Amino acid sequence: MSEPLLQVRGLTKRYGARLGCADVSFDLDPGEVLAIVGESGSGKSTLLSLVATELAPDAGTVSYRMRDGVLRDLAGLSEAERRALMRTDWGFVRQDAAQGLRMTVSAGGNVGERLMGVGERHYGRIRGQALDWLGRVEIAADRIDDPPTRFSGGMRQRLQIARNLVTGPRLVLMDEPTSGLDVSVQARLLDLIRRLSAELGLAVIIVTHDLAVARLLSHRIIVMRAGRVIETGLTDRVLDDPEHAYTQLLVSSVLAA
Amino acid sequence: MSATAMIEPSRSEAGYNFAYLDEGTKRMIRRAILKAIAVPGYQVPFASREMPMPYGWGTGGVQVTAAVLGRADVLKVIDQGADDTTNAVSIRRFFARTSGVATTTRTTEATIIQTRHRIPETPLREGQVLVYQVPIPEPLRFLEPRETETRQLHALREYGAMHVKLYEDISRHGHIATTYAYPVEVAGRYVMDPSPTPKFDNPKMDDCPALQLFGAGRERRIYAVPPYTSVRSLDFEDHPFRVQQFDQPCALCGAEGVYLDEMLLDDAGRRMFVCSDTDHCEGRRADGHVGTGDAV
Repeated sequence: MSEPLLQVRGLTKRYGARLGCADVSFDLDPGEVLAIVGESGSGKSTLLSLVATELAPDAGTVSYRMRDGVLRDLAGLSEAERRALMRTDWGFVRQDAAQGLRMTVSAGGNVGERLMGVGERHYGRIRGQALDWLGRVEIAADRIDDPPTRFSGGMRQRLQIARNLVTGPRLVLMDEPTSGLDVSVQARLLDLIRRLSAELGLAVIIVTHDLAVARLLSHRIIVMRAGRVIETGLTDRVLDDPEHAYTQLLVSSVLAA
Repeated sequence: MSATAMIEPSRSEAGYNFAYLDEGTKRMIRRAILKAIAVPGYQVPFASREMPMPYGWGTGGVQVTAAVLGRADVLKVIDQGADDTTNAVSIRRFFARTSGVATTTRTTEATIIQTRHRIPETPLREGQVLVYQVPIPEPLRFLEPRETETRQLHALREYGAMHVKLYEDISRHGHIATTYAYPVEVAGRYVMDPSPTPKFDNPKMDDCPALQLFGAGRERRIYAVPPYTSVRSLDFEDHPFRVQQFDQPCALCGAEGVYLDEMLLDDAGRRMFVCSDTDHCEGRRADGHVGTGDAV
């Protein structure tokens, strides 16, 4: 067994009297794809925001194995360290592309921003890398100077992925990346995510309410309900042989195509 | 001296304090200025006052000037390089009436120069103060609308986004097409908006012997570049910073290597390129320099 890349222990978040999520713990190995599933309001997105350190937990810790091999509590990082980590070693693909992209800046500028953020000051090299990454997410090279406002929904999500992966992160968080896309576009995006995560050995935490997405992409699943983890296990096992009554309900409520 | 004594402000404009602002306000502004000088390029918030002129007409610059003005000072005010445009004339008259200080159009005679857009062509010297009127002090505003976030970015020195703007220029125009408000790094630390001065003037800010103060009235910020401080224009290794070049010299005084304005002469499209710095142009003509006088 390899050492875990990410270690989550006892994460709890309350919004006043209401519960965001309670006592969530899990490990994530390098290269592992973990799906967090559950219905709307089950605490999936709260959990993801806590992991991404965008929300402060009421209790619990998120620890990450830094490039030097040391597991560090993210709450103990300075703001500068935390932000540097987020824009180099982590990625975050948002449900709404407008939140994850600069909509008024060209595709090339969007992909190049992280490179400029880590000190790249050579226009030719930045553009070369942007072209390379647009190609890898199947966006035509002649769209490099178009802003994402002129892109379709599927292209915007692929551009978000390119923008996040350009610095070679080891962990990517995805919040419902396929929702709102039509089925064929979804399929293409899922193929792309699966291929890139396998090629690059990316660890991925993907939040979704779509069990088909979870089955296609993930190695392991966490099922949440009302802020609590009610079942966790290998994807095939959870989906084919659910133990908890709620999971059984969730699985049986999916329409067979 | 005699002129100053004749228009003693308390008598000529009854009810107004010297240089319009009350002494408490001036002290507050001076404290902000001192902090700005201590941390070059850092935007210091200050309690900007309502001035008897609209925002956008130089309320920030006027407050800074009022705070640093002394009775022995000689004031020059320029707007787009010219001493004789509306904004320059009104501000100069405003201080003449409320403070009684001597005013001038000569760069060499002035101790305080309030400016909108230009740095005089005549090199500034030690002891002079250049006061800029600034509309938008935040260089990161283009990419980041949240003030809380831009402050974080400055604090953590995260200036990658600044280069995104320059990247966009090159990808659209093939070169860095930003010609004014061209971002600079001050003293190797803060990235600063040099106000809407043409980038032609950016090199004059670097290692300048004069004190440079920037006032943004509506945005309530003051920042500064102390004398002899490094001011570096941002660029890419393969697209270095360059100032614009003019094909012909000034049509009136024949000056080269100065910033020129395009003047329309008639409705037939005849134009003439002349010095933007009127004092510099007049000085040269008084010294016997002549241009071709040709329209193009």
